[in-house]
Amino acid sequence: MFGLKADWSLDVFERYFTLGNYAGGEARWCPGCGDFAVLNTVHRILRDAQLPPEQTVAVSGIGCSSRLPHYMGTYGFHGLHGRALPLANGIKARRPDLDVWVATGDGDCFSIGAGHWIHALRYNIDMVVLVFDNAIYGLTKKQTSPTSPTGMTTNTHPQGAPLPALNPLTVTLGVSNISFVAQVMDWNPPMLYQTIKAAHQHKGTSFVRIIQRCPVFSESFCKPLQEDTSQVLLLHHADGIPVDDNVKRVFENQREHDPSDWLGAMEIAHDTRQIPMGLLYRNPDAVVYDDISSQGLNKTNAEKLTAINAALDKFAV
Amino acid sequence: MTKQTKHNDNVVRMEDHTSIPQRLEEHIVEIVSDSGEGAQKCGQTFGAVSGKMGNGVWTVEIIPAEIQPPARSPAGASGIRIRLGSKQVSNMGNEADLVVAFNEQVLFSRIANGAYKKGTIVLLENKWASDPQEKIREQYAAAVKEFQHHGLTVYELPMEEECLKLVSNPRRGKNMFVLGMICNIYSRDTELAKKEIASTFARKGEKVIQANHDLFDAGYSFAAEQVQYHWEIPPQDTGHSRPMMISNGNQAVGLGVMAAGMELVSMYPITPATSATHYIADVFDGVGGFVHQAEDEIAAIGFALGASFAGKTACTITSGPGMALKTEMIGLAVMAEIPLVIVDVQRGGPSTGLPTKVEQADLLASLYGAPGDAPKVIIAPATIEECFHYVILARQLAETFRIPVIVLTDANLATGVQPYPRPELKEEWLGSPVDQSPWDSEVPAYDWNEETGLSQRPIPGQRGGEYVLTGLAHTSRSKVAYDSDTNQRSMEYRSRKLAALHKTLKRPKVNGDATGDLLVVGWGSSRGAIEEAVEILRSEGKQVSSLHLHFLSPLEPGLPEIFSGFKKVMTVEINYSDRADDPLITPENRRYAQLAMVLRAQTLVDVDCWSVVYGHPLQPGMLHDAISNKLNALNN
Repeated sequence: MFGLKADWSLDVFERYFTLGNYAGGEARWCPGCGDFAVLNTVHRILRDAQLPPEQTVAVSGIGCSSRLPHYMGTYGFHGLHGRALPLANGIKARRPDLDVWVATGDGDCFSIGAGHWIHALRYNIDMVVLVFDNAIYGLTKKQTSPTSPTGMTTNTHPQGAPLPALNPLTVTLGVSNISFVAQVMDWNPPMLYQTIKAAHQHKGTSFVRIIQRCPVFSESFCKPLQEDTSQVLLLHHADGIPVDDNVKRVFENQREHDPSDWLGAMEIAHDTRQIPMGLLYRNPDAVVYDDISSQGLNKTNAEKLTAINAALDKFAV
Repeated sequence: MTKQTKHNDNVVRMEDHTSIPQRLEEHIVEIVSDSGEGAQKCGQTFGAVSGKMGNGVWTVEIIPAEIQPPARSPAGASGIRIRLGSKQVSNMGNEADLVVAFNEQVLFSRIANGAYKKGTIVLLENKWASDPQEKIREQYAAAVKEFQHHGLTVYELPMEEECLKLVSNPRRGKNMFVLGMICNIYSRDTELAKKEIASTFARKGEKVIQANHDLFDAGYSFAAEQVQYHWEIPPQDTGHSRPMMISNGNQAVGLGVMAAGMELVSMYPITPATSATHYIADVFDGVGGFVHQAEDEIAAIGFALGASFAGKTACTITSGPGMALKTEMIGLAVMAEIPLVIVDVQRGGPSTGLPTKVEQADLLASLYGAPGDAPKVIIAPATIEECFHYVILARQLAETFRIPVIVLTDANLATGVQPYPRPELKEEWLGSPVDQSPWDSEVPAYDWNEETGLSQRPIPGQRGGEYVLTGLAHTSRSKVAYDSDTNQRSMEYRSRKLAALHKTLKRPKVNGDATGDLLVVGWGSSRGAIEEAVEILRSEGKQVSSLHLHFLSPLEPGLPEIFSGFKKVMTVEINYSDRADDPLITPENRRYAQLAMVLRAQTLVDVDCWSVVYGHPLQPGMLHDAISNKLNALNN
């Protein structure tokens, strides 16, 4: 009765995944690095969603952030500098059954991979894109990145970074067919969890900029935000990322922002006096490229041979 | 016989005609016009009709140097050459026999290219003789004189005037009139021609088809009445009863992509490769495939690599500059052992070079372009038929050897049209579906065979096979390797795969005697021209043979032994090399052609080379002279 099978519980428990199932090699980031928090959050989200590790692929480029796949127990693709997005897009294009995650950084995504960044957002292929933005090149030891604030001293600009920082949020929001833009800080575990979870649940390319601590090379980037919570603007909305009361208590600056309001999102993103945390924009109706690229997967060999023969016939003498 | 009257000084005008076609072994026809006047469509249709009638055919497009060149300018010459014969035709041949020209200026660039000989018949549009602009009338008269000075036989014909009887804008439609003319001159099957026209204009509706049929008929009757030449070129005897088909090399690549079971073509537009994707995009739905036009060349190969990592067969199609951009990704595919097919339709380089013209100059870049040691498979089809089969071969090699395979075709194969036996499809060509069965987690992701370096790869979705692919040095379990021994050993395994493939290859066959004065070695699209030249030389009693290589990495086996049968070995290639007698050139600093360099290094034989970068395919006549010179130097 009730339609239950006798072996139902066995099936479930045989494939119950613990955090350990999603963990790979021992993570080797510097002590105090914000990347640990992101890695643990991704493990938790996968565990909570009970996704089979073999169906999950973590893709990355090159940089500190891009070591993440090595610390996963899933499939992974540690690619080339700047090229995580085309690789990830290709993985998903004909394998809609796979759950694809991208770990990239400010140098990887906004500098050497900037072209792919813009176009991958427009393709809107279903995947989570986590940008670990510490405003510095860490792996190669402290060079200026596109998001380094003006005046930040680095090994390539010892007198201070000369240009205003690139604003990843306005750039992202400016791309046509953009479907999900959120920003969060690595040191706020509940918001980090809820934001990445919402990104994972969204169908399309979910862009999450994670403002991430690098205690070794760019402490000045995050420290003021940690110490003075008034510099952060907490976004909340019934359709946005769930914010628990403990979080709400911490931030004095808050704004109710409807994530379907693109102009409002652009206005928030553009105002660099306060750093938004939460969901800026979501459009569930954007075109999802993998819906198109994965058409025809079910063709049988017989159908294919018929089609190729017909094509050959057109050239027949 | 024909009666001719003088007109415009020395130009002959035909007023009578003969009715019995004269039999020919072969002929070379050119149709040359300003860009946009449809000469190529006219010639392609003529080539297709001839192929369907059973003739040997080879076509070469004449492409202007500019996008919208000014009208009536030598640089604007746009058109097509069709060489047709009773036997199989494997190259563009030497000088043209008959030319139809829409204006006189475009012929100058063809003359400068040595495309014509004494006695080449030129059927020339004569409307320029009575152009309202005096300058044009003068240019025309001067040009006609000059053509005669070159020994061309010029006939001035009122082609436009005839078209105007049917259409108001002869720029659209004169090509079909000319098609009718040459179909009459060469006794082509008019029903076949009309079927071709109908399929060309199928999307434009019945009215357009009828208008073009009328133009064709008018041209046909015009030639019957006004042109004294009526020829017949009997069909070839293929020596087999297999059905034939006719296509260009890029179409053959496209058909090969489908027959190889590929699901994804990921590309960025680049001449002369893109038309392969145009074709695939048109028919890929039938096999459920998808064309991804990426944002750049790097993304194009990255997308294909991602798909391949996920178990889907993918390829990317590009040309030289695109290859350069893809280099780092090709290195990744080598390092991480991801199967991938890369088709490089070679064009003139370096840099943007000669985008529409042929060169065989990407061999060394393909072999050695990546940083570090990046062994990969490189194969080169020599014919349009091989363009089809080599894509299938490439897919099989890529998967068996877990390696990227580069297929080097070129602009000559890409746009050349040739009849060939229709392939009989095999289901096994399509490959196996993605394996999603559980993976024995005891087996590492790179379970390298000690002897061959080969291994099976886990595919995402296979439970127990989870691994992190990386471009960093890695262990058999794909863990980042920090120890020197692992790097040394994994390099050995990746290299050894080529030795394992080499063991499976057959010794190539020498065309001609196994011993002699000179062995000419070629690769890629120049095979037809080389073999035709060698055949002529052998009929003249010369001790020359040729060898054509299809595998360039690894090389085919037995080469040192084959080379030892000859006094001298010389490659013939379409890429740059210093000539031994060039200024400043000594044996110490001479830069050899690309295959010659590879052969010298691999065989320790003092291989010579003859190569040119004229931007057009090699012609048997020029090869005949070059090889003769080499033979004379050897025997003196």
